[in-house]
Amino acid sequence: MSEMRYEAPTTLAAAVALLAGANGRASVLAGGTDLLIRMRAGSVEPGLLIDIKGIPEMTSIVAENGGYRFGAAVPCMELLEHEAFAKAWPGVIDGVKLIGSIQVKGRATVGGNLCNASPAADSVPPLIAAGAVAGIVGPDGRRESPVENIVTGPGKTALARGEIVTSFLLPRRPPHAGDAYLRFTPRTEMDIAVVGVGVNLTLDDSGVCRQARVCLGAVAERALLVPEAAAALIGTRVDAAALKRLAAAASAACRPIDDKRGTKEFRIKVAGVMARRAAEMALARARRKN
Amino acid sequence: MSTRLKPEEKKLKVVGTRPLRPDGVPKVTGIARYGADYSAPGMLWGRILRSPHAHARIRSIDTSKAQALPGVKAVMTSADLPEQKFEYVGPERVAVNFWHMTRNIMAREKVFYEGHAVAAVAAISKSTAEEALRLIEVDYEVLPHVIDVEEAMRPDAPLLFEDMITRGIDPAPDRPSNISKRLEFKIGDLDAGFAAADEIVEASLKTAPVHQGYLEPQACLARFDPDGQAEVWASSQGHFVIRALTAKLLGMEMGNLRVHPAEIGGGFGGKNVPYVEPVALALSRKTGHPVKIVMSREEVFKACGPAPGSSMTVRIGVRKDGKIVAADGVFKFQAGAFPGSPVMNACMCAFAPYDIPNVRSVGYDVVCNRPKTAAYRAPGSPVSAYAVESVVDMAAARIGMDPLQFRLQNIARPGTPTVWGPKHTHEGFTETIQALMKHPGYRAPLGRNQGRGVASGYWFNNGGESSAAVHVNEDGTVVVATGSADLSGTRASLAMMAAETLGIDYDKVRPIVADTASIGYGHLAAGSRTTFATGIAVVEACKKVIDNLRARAAMIWDVSAEDVIWEDGCARPAGGSKGRFEPLSLKAIAAKRGVTGGPIVAEVSVNAGGVAPGFATELCDVEVDPETGQVKVLRFVAAQDVGRAIHPSYVEGQIQGGAAQGIGWALNEEYIYDEAGRLTNAGFLDYRVPVASDLPRIETVLVEVPNPNHPFGVKGVGEANIVPSLAAVSNAVSHAIGRRMTELPMSPPKILKALSSER
Amino acid sequence: MAKHHVTATVNGDVVEFLCETRQSLLDVLRDELNLTGTKEGCGTGDCGACSVTIDGRLMCSCLVLGVEAEGKAIQTIEGMAAGKDLHPLQRQFLEHAALQCGICTPGILIAARSLLERNPDPTEDEVRYWLAGNLCRCTGYHKIVDAVLDAAREMRRP
Repeated sequence: MSEMRYEAPTTLAAAVALLAGANGRASVLAGGTDLLIRMRAGSVEPGLLIDIKGIPEMTSIVAENGGYRFGAAVPCMELLEHEAFAKAWPGVIDGVKLIGSIQVKGRATVGGNLCNASPAADSVPPLIAAGAVAGIVGPDGRRESPVENIVTGPGKTALARGEIVTSFLLPRRPPHAGDAYLRFTPRTEMDIAVVGVGVNLTLDDSGVCRQARVCLGAVAERALLVPEAAAALIGTRVDAAALKRLAAAASAACRPIDDKRGTKEFRIKVAGVMARRAAEMALARARRKN
Repeated sequence: MSTRLKPEEKKLKVVGTRPLRPDGVPKVTGIARYGADYSAPGMLWGRILRSPHAHARIRSIDTSKAQALPGVKAVMTSADLPEQKFEYVGPERVAVNFWHMTRNIMAREKVFYEGHAVAAVAAISKSTAEEALRLIEVDYEVLPHVIDVEEAMRPDAPLLFEDMITRGIDPAPDRPSNISKRLEFKIGDLDAGFAAADEIVEASLKTAPVHQGYLEPQACLARFDPDGQAEVWASSQGHFVIRALTAKLLGMEMGNLRVHPAEIGGGFGGKNVPYVEPVALALSRKTGHPVKIVMSREEVFKACGPAPGSSMTVRIGVRKDGKIVAADGVFKFQAGAFPGSPVMNACMCAFAPYDIPNVRSVGYDVVCNRPKTAAYRAPGSPVSAYAVESVVDMAAARIGMDPLQFRLQNIARPGTPTVWGPKHTHEGFTETIQALMKHPGYRAPLGRNQGRGVASGYWFNNGGESSAAVHVNEDGTVVVATGSADLSGTRASLAMMAAETLGIDYDKVRPIVADTASIGYGHLAAGSRTTFATGIAVVEACKKVIDNLRARAAMIWDVSAEDVIWEDGCARPAGGSKGRFEPLSLKAIAAKRGVTGGPIVAEVSVNAGGVAPGFATELCDVEVDPETGQVKVLRFVAAQDVGRAIHPSYVEGQIQGGAAQGIGWALNEEYIYDEAGRLTNAGFLDYRVPVASDLPRIETVLVEVPNPNHPFGVKGVGEANIVPSLAAVSNAVSHAIGRRMTELPMSPPKILKALSSER
Repeated sequence: MAKHHVTATVNGDVVEFLCETRQSLLDVLRDELNLTGTKEGCGTGDCGACSVTIDGRLMCSCLVLGVEAEGKAIQTIEGMAAGKDLHPLQRQFLEHAALQCGICTPGILIAARSLLERNPDPTEDEVRYWLAGNLCRCTGYHKIVDAVLDAAREMRRP
């Protein structure tokens, strides 16, 4: 049996060097809540585990340019407990809150949730709706990428070999902005999303929606940013008619599969319902914020 | 707290109170040892190789590479277990065929389900054992498979057994099929009955297979010594049954096998039979070392007996005045890889709550390519009750009668015949329905998208063989030993009954679960029989001890034993000697045992009859999200006739647990297979049992109509509570959405689909 | 390859153990340290029976590697009682009969203690949602919730 090695570098440079030296046979270990399960199932057999939780840049939450940058290896519970961040981005928190149990959230990270590249990942739609930008480091240095460009398909990312997502930057919040994430699951907790919707919208002083982003999860091979759904809200007061158009656009954008968690037709139908409800939540939050 | 309704008050000091269980502290401190918690010096780890195919012939197995791996001490296949005779033994309802059983433990000619055990290794570490499994080469000839019960019954279905001719059909069919057996029960004249009906209501319903869902995977430690003596530590629902079956499967004498009962982390019927014990023992026999095997959760789902899926049709004929005049049910059950689904139970229990003059139940036991079914809490009855209680609900609505009133009008009473012959002899059904009718929940108003469902259900319960030993210690404390595995607090109840009988404090009685070499035979802790049958044995043994204590007192006082009574924990002079001596406590007599005849002990074995059946009526309120089909359970009330609640907290707990399992069964639990017949949800992520936030508080109403055949009036409580729960939830959802649901589980896509169809 | 040599604190005591990279903390607790109170129900983080706290944070030990325990403070069920004094949660579980088979009990006690450390006055809903990661098949959760609420009440008394 292959021997599996474990390293816990304390700097990004060291992590990148280890990853480069492993020639594709290493896995980054953050919370381990996906990786350990895949290792046990035999679907991945890394020769080296690189534990990045000891790297300060990956585990911090800092204010930046009026927004927030949080490390890709911040455990979900820490993010939920950060009052200021939770106040600014309740929709991102909605998603993070739904990643498994309290126990899982004690370990799981948004970086892992994104890079595991499940189409149903709960933190991804609100992050994309928020316009989050990922910080990436690799053998060729640093770069940035909007989160919606990271995942390319189930289990696949656009990261080059040797690259690690290090942080997420969320922009400054304008007044009258609100975001929300809702998902459908058969039980109240502990399920993988059958449909997930993240909505982020900004109203002007008179209550008209000026900006919106709508992102669907679990209804395609990756999270889908749906401009048509956002367009249904922009320029409106997000009234019933606009919400109806939003729902229709959301359902139309789905290209889901039948699997053990839901059928195609169910996902298409419920995507519209959840989109409408998420938009209503985001609207309520936007109206409360000055 | 529950509501307790009892017809008469009896002055009891211990029974009916809520003391702490004696095995509680070890369980809340992590000290208690379950099957996977045992170790031994020189222990090896065992792992089982399982078939990746749903159906295949085994052409060859090459274990040489695995044998050669350093650290591997033995590899076994079915060749290491003796062949068994093909013969159905035992009473029909629970018949066993060892030819099937040994093949389920380890495959021989064929594998019949993904997960079927094919070989096993014992090695010095878990990782070595895992690696060794990868080196075993099995040459399979993959065959077409079949899983759904209707598909398995078709004449062109792939056959699991090429020589299976359906039993119970005369003349016997001339072609083999997957139908192992057909059963029929009938009383009266069905045609005449239906002809007299004003309304006939019929439905066809299906249920998916579900798993008992115990949190503890099967595990054991086994040691087979070179002189042929062996010990096993295992979690099971019956170490005597494990001993008997394991010894047979290994071809050894029972006297050479001692089985120790580890604490058990849930069973619900799924741990009535061995899985890992024969394998661990065979590996130990080969290696000369102890072998430990612990199943993974995936193995538990893929290979351990679940409850069957079903396809059923029920027809009920009813008069306008509410009298059910005829009923007919056809129940087709999946047995899994080998015959033996609980379809006979289903046929018998289906209409048992009711007084119907013309009834027929027909059952089919059908094999298919999934794990062999095992018992699951009143096995068979919840499934047939789902069908019958759905149609009863429809019939009540058809004639415009309140559903509980409708049941009450037709309820069975002592003297009502059952479809399998004997007449009902016990009271309690009526009282249970009336209790629910009086419950405030039954009249509580419902809001939009909300619906209420009620259902009743019957379970035989069980008596049978139990042994109990009562030893008086030198200081007057008492040990009560039985062979009944304690799944949920029965140790406490047995100690309470002993303390009550002896008239001493509960804390002076310490109950233990003794191993197979230390106590007489005890049958399974299943069938809701422990507090009933083992309770009788305990009480009888205490009474013998009391006779002994009276004799000792008589000796001490030098009077005739007839002049000594036992009351409130003391020997007291009576009759002609009344008032002549101070009472002698148990403690005082124990101190003098050396000079009055030696140790004071009694062991009693019973084959308990006089069983009273279990009966429950339940109410469920749900709210359905009409846009997504998601169901929220708002309220659940369960009324059950428990005879007498020895320890009310544990009785309530049984009812709440059964209701919770029923809710999961009705809403979200099912096995999901891919086109190759492989299980896609072999874990708790996608096999969706209810979590804490899914359930409301579960109210219990303990109806106490004592069983005259038990010293404390006990009726078995563990199982009847699940029987009506599936239908209660289904009836509630059906009322909430205005459409009859006929398939379980009622997952959201199914509900949404039903909502979009015609009413 | 040589095993990892790990030093950690378990229930307040310094311990050292050897483990392979792929051994989980759960494996280490049970098989190397003989602390079998923490149970394996699923191995995939779906049942909570293996719950422990690490540096005060509630986690499934099946999803943590043994080697990651280096320098950490781990609390298991065996450390919940203060010597012979049971924790109020442990006592209330016994009073309320909030356990039947008891296999989920260690995990639920650890999880409940973690809740009450953060939120000494939870609502019933908050208790149910916090414990959603701890499966129980025997009780229907009813008596568990009551025991946790009563323990919280007891612990709030001055």
